Amino acid sequence: MNQLEINNLNVEIKEKKLLDGISLKINSGEIHVLMGPNGSGKTSLSNAIMGNPKYKITKGTIKFNNKDILNLKVDERARLGIFLGFQYPSELSGVTITQFLKQAYSNLDKNISFLDFNNILKEKIKELNIDYSFIKRNLNEGFSGGEKKKNEILQMNILKPKIAILDEPDSGTDVDALKLIANGINKTVNENNTGILLITHYNRILEYVKPDFVHIIHNGKIILSGDLSLAHQIEEEGYEKIIGVKNE
Amino acid sequence: MNETSFLDINQKKYSFKEDLEYLEVFPKGLNKEIVEAISKIKNEPEWMLKIRLKAYGEFLKKPMPTWGPDLSNIDFNDITYYLSANKKVENDWEKVPEKIKNTFEKLGIPEAERKFLAGAGAMMESTTAYHKLREDLEKKGIIFCDTDTAIHKHPELIKKYFGTVVPIVDNKFAALNTAVWSGGSFVYVPKNVKVDLPLQAYFRINAEKTGQFERTLIIVEEGAEVNYIEGCSAASYSSNSLHTAVVEVVALKDSRVRYTTLQNWSDNIYNLVTKRAHAYENAYVEWLDANIGSAITQKYPSVYLKGEYAKANILSVAFANNNQIQDTGAKAIHFAPNTTSTIISKSISKGSGKTVFRGLVQVQKGAKNCKSFMKCDALMLDKEAKSDTIPSLKINEEDVQVGHEATVGKVGEDQLFYLMSRGLTEQEATNLIVNGFFKQFTKELPLEYALEFNKLIELEMKNEIN
Repeated sequence: MNQLEINNLNVEIKEKKLLDGISLKINSGEIHVLMGPNGSGKTSLSNAIMGNPKYKITKGTIKFNNKDILNLKVDERARLGIFLGFQYPSELSGVTITQFLKQAYSNLDKNISFLDFNNILKEKIKELNIDYSFIKRNLNEGFSGGEKKKNEILQMNILKPKIAILDEPDSGTDVDALKLIANGINKTVNENNTGILLITHYNRILEYVKPDFVHIIHNGKIILSGDLSLAHQIEEEGYEKIIGVKNE
Repeated sequence: MNETSFLDINQKKYSFKEDLEYLEVFPKGLNKEIVEAISKIKNEPEWMLKIRLKAYGEFLKKPMPTWGPDLSNIDFNDITYYLSANKKVENDWEKVPEKIKNTFEKLGIPEAERKFLAGAGAMMESTTAYHKLREDLEKKGIIFCDTDTAIHKHPELIKKYFGTVVPIVDNKFAALNTAVWSGGSFVYVPKNVKVDLPLQAYFRINAEKTGQFERTLIIVEEGAEVNYIEGCSAASYSSNSLHTAVVEVVALKDSRVRYTTLQNWSDNIYNLVTKRAHAYENAYVEWLDANIGSAITQKYPSVYLKGEYAKANILSVAFANNNQIQDTGAKAIHFAPNTTSTIISKSISKGSGKTVFRGLVQVQKGAKNCKSFMKCDALMLDKEAKSDTIPSLKINEEDVQVGHEATVGKVGEDQLFYLMSRGLTEQEATNLIVNGFFKQFTKELPLEYALEFNKLIELEMKNEIN
C-alpha cells in the first residue's frame, strides 16, 4: 500500500500564488479526478508534486509513504515510483523512444537485456494499438497530439509507477485514441495497483475511466470533493454555477 | 604489455605521456637550415626541397591571420619542428620500437586494425612508425603508405598532385606545413577499385612544445571508392604544441571518398588544419569531422565541385570545453553546373568554451542548376558558454537553389524536467540530450567509433578540464 499525501500546499512562481492550501490523499489503486477551469492550478499541482524547480513551495508538505519528499530532486521522486504524464511533453531530437525508455527502465531492472526489454515494449505498444515503427522514432519529435498522449501512457505502463499524475491525457485526442488511453490507465491500476490523479477538463474520458473521487479546483484551492456524480453535475450545469464565478 | 580494449575509455587513455627514446631531435625554432635539414634527413629529391623552400618563403611573407581566434600565443621559435623516436616505417607491429608500440596499444590501434580495418598507419611526432595494407588490397594496386615513402616510391603521382588542391600560397599555415611537413598518409585507389573496409591513420603527439605537420594526399581514380579514417590525440602538457596538417583529396570522375576525422586533442594543442577536396564529374566527397579538445581549433574542410554532377557532404561536430575555442565549419565552392552540396554543423559549448561556425557556399558564374543546403545547430550547456555563427553565401549565378538554417539554443529546463521525471539523473538527462544532438553525426560512423565518440563526449561533460 502506497500513499501520496499533500497537506496545505502553497505554491508560487515569481511571487505569484498558484496553489493556496491544497490537501489531497491518494492511495494505491484509487483513481482521483481533478477538474477545474483554465488557470485554476491543475498543472501547477502536478509540477509541484513531481518537483519542477520552477515551482516554489512556500508552505505545506508532500509526503510519500509518510516520508517528506519536498527535498528530493525530480529524478529521486521518480525513482520512488511517482510518475507525471505531461500535458505538453518535450521533444528530444536524436533519441528514440526505445533508447530513452530502456535507460529509464534500468532503474527498475539494471541488467535487463535489450531483447527482453524489447519484448516488454512490444507487448505494451500492442495494448495501445501502436505500430512497431513508432518506438524507433525520436521522442515526441513531430508527433501528433494523440501520439504524444499515447506515448505518455506507454511510458507509464512500462515504468509501473506507484502513483501517477496524468495531466490532461485526453486533450487533443480522437475518440479511438481516447479509448486506448483510458484502457491503458485502467490496466495500470488493475495490474500495478497504481494510484492515479487524473487531471482533465472534460467528462469525455470518464465514460471509460471510473473515478473513486472527483475534486474541483479553483483559484488554487480544492473547493469541492465528491464522487462521479460531481463530474456529471459539472457537465450539466457548468463550472460557473458550481463555483459561483465566471469560467475563463 | 599494456594492451587495453579499444572501448575501455577514460581520460588517461589519451593524455598519458610515454617516456620515449628520441633518435633525432632538431633544435627549436624555424629557419631555412631547419627546412633544409628536414629534407636532408629524409634523403629527399631536389624538387621536394625546392617546394619546401618556396613554401617557407610564403610562410614568412604571410601575416598571421587576424580574422579568427587570437593566435598570438603561438611562438614559432619555441617549437621543435622535427623529432623522431623510430628509424623506419615497419609493417609488422612486433618490429615497432617497444615504447611507441606501447602508446598505440594503449590507444587500441592494433586491436582496431585486426577487427575492422583494411589498413592502418600510426605516426608518432614527426615520423610514421607503422604502416600496413591488407595484402589482397595491395595486389589490386591500392597504395597506402606514409607520404615520405611515397615521395621515393611514387614520385610521378606526388609530382602530379602534391600542392594542386592546397597550393603553397593558400594560407600561412598551409605554407608552414608545406615547408616542414613530415609523415601523413598517401592513398591511391586505381580505377574502379573499391576498398571494402576503412583505411585508418592515427596521429599522436607525445612530446611538449612540438609540432606535428603531417601531409596527407588521397587520389581516387575514376569509379573507385575509399573510406579513410584518421584519429588524433596528444599527451597533456601545460605548454603549447602545434598541429598543422594539410590534407588534399583528389576525387576523379564517378569516384566516392569518405574522409572521417576523430580528433581528441589535449588542451595544450593549437590545431590549425587545411583540408580540401577536388571533386570531378559525378564524384561524391564526404567530410565527417569531429573536433574534441585542443586550445584552439581552426578547421574548415572544403570541397571544390569542379565537375558536373559532383556532390559534397560536409558534416562536422565540435565540443568546446572550458578555455577552448572550436572555430570550425565548411566550404563548398561550385565551379560546375548541376553540383550539389550539403553542409551540416553541430556544436556544443560548455563553461568558458566557445564554438564558432564559419560556413561558405560559393557558386561561380555559369554553375547553373546548383543546389546547396547549409545548416548549423549550436547548443550551449550553461549560461557562460558562447557560440557564434558566421554563414556566408556568395552566389554569382541566378539559376541555383541555396538554403540556409541556423539554430542556437540552451539545454532546455523543460526537457531536463521531462527526462528526470522518468528517473534519469540530471547528468544522465543532459548526456542523453547531447547524445541526441550529435546523432546525425554518430549514425554515420562505424559502430565502434560511434561508441568511442559518445564516450569521449560523456567524459567532456563530466570533467571541468580535459
